[in-house]
Amino acid sequence: MNCPECDATLNIPDDASVGEIISCPDCGADFEIASKDGSNVVLKQAESVGEDWGE
Amino acid sequence: MSKVCIVFDRLRSEEKMLQKEALDLGCETSMLDAKITQIDTDSKKEDYSLGEVVLERCVSYFRGLHFTASLEFMDVPTINSYEVADICGNKMLMTLRLKKHNIPTPKTYFSFSSESAFQNLEKVGYPLVIKPIIGSWGRGVMSLKDKDTAEAILEIRDINDGPHDRIYYLQELIQRPPRDIRVITIGDEPIAAMYRKSSDGFKTNIALGADPELCEITKDMEDLAVKASKAMGGGILGIDMMEDEKKGLVVHEVNNTVEFKGLARVAKKNIPKAMVEYALNYIRK
Repeated sequence: MNCPECDATLNIPDDASVGEIISCPDCGADFEIASKDGSNVVLKQAESVGEDWGE
Repeated sequence: MSKVCIVFDRLRSEEKMLQKEALDLGCETSMLDAKITQIDTDSKKEDYSLGEVVLERCVSYFRGLHFTASLEFMDVPTINSYEVADICGNKMLMTLRLKKHNIPTPKTYFSFSSESAFQNLEKVGYPLVIKPIIGSWGRGVMSLKDKDTAEAILEIRDINDGPHDRIYYLQELIQRPPRDIRVITIGDEPIAAMYRKSSDGFKTNIALGADPELCEITKDMEDLAVKASKAMGGGILGIDMMEDEKKGLVVHEVNNTVEFKGLARVAKKNIPKAMVEYALNYIRK
């Protein structure tokens, strides 16, 4: 599928899971896999790094 | 068959490793995204696919903390517990807890206004390291080397004015080799350790590009890690230590949702497997 931001081709591994982050190799935008049914993948904008993120 | 649930908000390789190990151990395993889960005051654990024990792995500290409170409200055993997460997620509470338990830790100064923090700096002398009490990956950690730098940084904190920006945490700059030590403890037992070498500057966070290197756990490291883990309330923790040239090992941080991707590749023990086994034993006790 294509990057919703820049239209570059996104390579989504077959074993990718819902909740995983996919980064566009061209524009660097991050997307989260919202749902996945076989090759039918729905992406949503990933959350940006928050002030309380970490270990 | 035991059932383990892994709560996440960003599915990283760590959570996938935990899922794989749980499945390999024959557990029924569920993955629950905290971001899309709704809980209310009538919620029961049967309403969710939570299993018998939860490993809370949110990358957002406050999300994980409050989600843990919800899980404990539903009487779901959760690792780490709310109390442990609460203490470890706040550097001031964590430092006070370490000191209260006589665990060597860098001398730390607390102020509750920028004026008072500045007075503290002028009294103690430069440099001191300023750290936000909430946050990770070295964000906002700075060495205040002189009065000009201190004034600039304190002014920025005043402008930001988040509730936690009003708490000033200033710590002595430890004279040490350009590295620190991360010991992962599971149920008060040190399981693996690594040196984190700073590539540039004084920060040694892996998230900032520090190089991980396997570290043999010495008796001193083991003793300190066990004491620090017990002081925090146990669970699965990342104990960070520095090698002070005069005082020896000091514990400067204890992490609640420990990241282990890099260390898992080189450690002799299977870290995610040990975490899942701990969770299973936790419910059998």
